[in-house]
Amino acid sequence: MTLRIAVCVKYVPDATGDRGFADDLTVDRDEVDGLLSELDEYAVEQALRISEESDDAEVTVVTVGPDDAKDALRKALSMGADKAVHVNDEDIHGSDVIATSAILAKALEKTGFDLVVCGMASTDGTMGVLPALLAERLSLPQVTLLSELSVEDGLVKGRRDGDAATELLEAPLPAIVSVTDQSGEARYPSFKGIMAAKKKPVQELDLDDLDIDADEVGLAGAWTLVDAVAARPARTKGTIVTDEGDGGKQLAAFLATQKFI
Amino acid sequence: MAEILVLVDHADGAVRKPALELLTLARRIGEPSAVVLGAGEAAASIAATAGEYGAATVYVADGAEFTEQLVVPKVDALTQLAQEKGAAAVLVTSSGEGKEIAARVALRLGSGLITDAVELEAGENGPVATQSVFAASYQVRSTVTHGVPVITVKPNSAAPEASSAAGTVENVTVSFTGNAAKVVARTPRVSTGRPELTESAIVVSGGRGVGAAEGFAVVEKLADSLGAAVGASRAAVDAGWYPHSNQVGQTGKQVSPQLYVAAGISGAIQHRAGMQTSKTIVAVNKDPEAPIFDLVDYGVVGDLFEVLPQLTDEIGAR
Ligand SMILES: Cc1cc2nc3c(=O)[nH]c(=O)nc-3n(C[C@H](O)[C@H](O)[C@H](O)COP(=O)(O)OP(=O)(O)OC[C@H]3O[C@@H](n4cnc5c(N)ncnc54)[C@H](O)[C@@H]3O)c2cc1C
Ligand SMILES: Nc1ncnc2c1ncn2[C@@H]1O[C@H](COP(=O)(O)O)[C@@H](O)[C@H]1O
Repeated sequence: MTLRIAVCVKYVPDATGDRGFADDLTVDRDEVDGLLSELDEYAVEQALRISEESDDAEVTVVTVGPDDAKDALRKALSMGADKAVHVNDEDIHGSDVIATSAILAKALEKTGFDLVVCGMASTDGTMGVLPALLAERLSLPQVTLLSELSVEDGLVKGRRDGDAATELLEAPLPAIVSVTDQSGEARYPSFKGIMAAKKKPVQELDLDDLDIDADEVGLAGAWTLVDAVAARPARTKGTIVTDEGDGGKQLAAFLATQKFI
Repeated sequence: MAEILVLVDHADGAVRKPALELLTLARRIGEPSAVVLGAGEAAASIAATAGEYGAATVYVADGAEFTEQLVVPKVDALTQLAQEKGAAAVLVTSSGEGKEIAARVALRLGSGLITDAVELEAGENGPVATQSVFAASYQVRSTVTHGVPVITVKPNSAAPEASSAAGTVENVTVSFTGNAAKVVARTPRVSTGRPELTESAIVVSGGRGVGAAEGFAVVEKLADSLGAAVGASRAAVDAGWYPHSNQVGQTGKQVSPQLYVAAGISGAIQHRAGMQTSKTIVAVNKDPEAPIFDLVDYGVVGDLFEVLPQLTDEIGAR
């Protein structure tokens, strides 16, 4: 039996660009170049490793996003994923994470899977909750924020380095997992991989295909409202001194004026 | 008055400081009730502390489920309480687990979710949360427009203030739903004796410039002279010089102390995402062009192995 692995990947504005907001107070996805969220590369990597270790596996990357999100899918395909699903619909613009999770859950059900691998958080929203929401919607165990992951005999096992403790987790398939950037460096696409990716199938889906009403998602269906956004005043550059043997003393004097010492 | 449910984060039988901050913030938007889950025998003393910080009622639920299964039992308990008590809002600490719990509770309640708030106020249409986004380059104010607001708040967003309330304990029996991953083993993190990174008023961090695991001794000595927590950049963590639990940044801890000291750290956007909201920022770096100098209140261009020990000595001499 083929082990069907689905990887959720997000197309995000480049963090090193000048990120900002559009007039409707949604994340501006036009001004800054986008890319496959770096944290989702770790998810693709883990999916590929599991696939390589099993006799028969297939890796499908799934994204919910605008036209350009295709770039994220291409990158994942060139890393080695087998096929892709792109959910794209004008009405999705402005969806909050609750709505996004509804769309992704439907897309995953339609695609079919034994294991879903997500990143730990998207680099734009940085909520890190979508995997938990998918588990809730699909009534499956969440095995999330893993720094190590393995699949054996129908079980997924992983290590979660939490705030207060390190936990070893286990759940039967099907399950939803997310992996951290401690899980292992993601591979670079090879030239061969990049060429092969061009021929790999990308299935296009819209809200109709998923039986989702337009008013359940997008800005209209969002359950939170952004009232205001304001650029944080840039920190004003303070005093910079060059150490000429008394740098530590000067720093101490500054800290004393601020009452830290 | 509107009842605000506060999930009380605890470790080693004691309330963690962010929970006291939540109770303090909750009083701005209503009357806090504390929810204490899986604390075993420590529940009574945790409840007493919650009462000192304003919890009129403390709901206590216990059971092996809370420690043997991931996230879901806490979601079951919190959802059940929010429904039974007709809560006006649910507040949870922003940690990896806290956010996951909050998200699932929100979904079950049919409610909007706001994560990583750094400020919370009462507003005409319910609580108004402020978030700091895009590596703290923007402040966003939002409200929940549907259902019972579920909001996670970052540690260090408010100073805990005591305010005595009844703290009446009410024991709760939770119906568990299952479908959870099993926790087969748990190894508590050994305490270093230093303050918690996210809770500390002062953080001293080292980066690639520290050069080796042994190099962190100068960082630790300075931290200890200030009573500070020790942080590290991802470069230092990836090199194996310091544990990942001490990483500051986008994929590590987000800290917001009164004073942040960056030593041998260049100031990449992903690092800034974890420390840019610190009140006062100080850096020591050999490279005058290092981007970290754009954010500092005070910077020293120099070798950290010269500057840090001298600073530590100065502090010791005061
Ligand atoms: C998705 C993603 C997530 C990330 N998450 C994080 C994160 O959570 N946290 C994080 O920190 N990074 C994160 N990063 C990595 C980040 O981009 C940087 O690579 C990292 O922060 C660099 O660490 P550094 O400043 O210690 O090292 P460098 O950038 O190499 O800087 C070292 C600095 O030390 C100075 N130096 C060297 N020797 C000395 C000396 N003797 N005395 C004084 N100064 C000296 C140098 O001048 C230099 O400025 C992430 C990256 C990605 C892509
Ligand atoms: N629009 C999206 N399309 C596909 N996957 C997503 C999307 N948004 C989030 N994810 C997945 O969910 C993870 C956590 O995202 P978040 O909760 O938004 O921080 C990401 O690392 C992705 O794996």
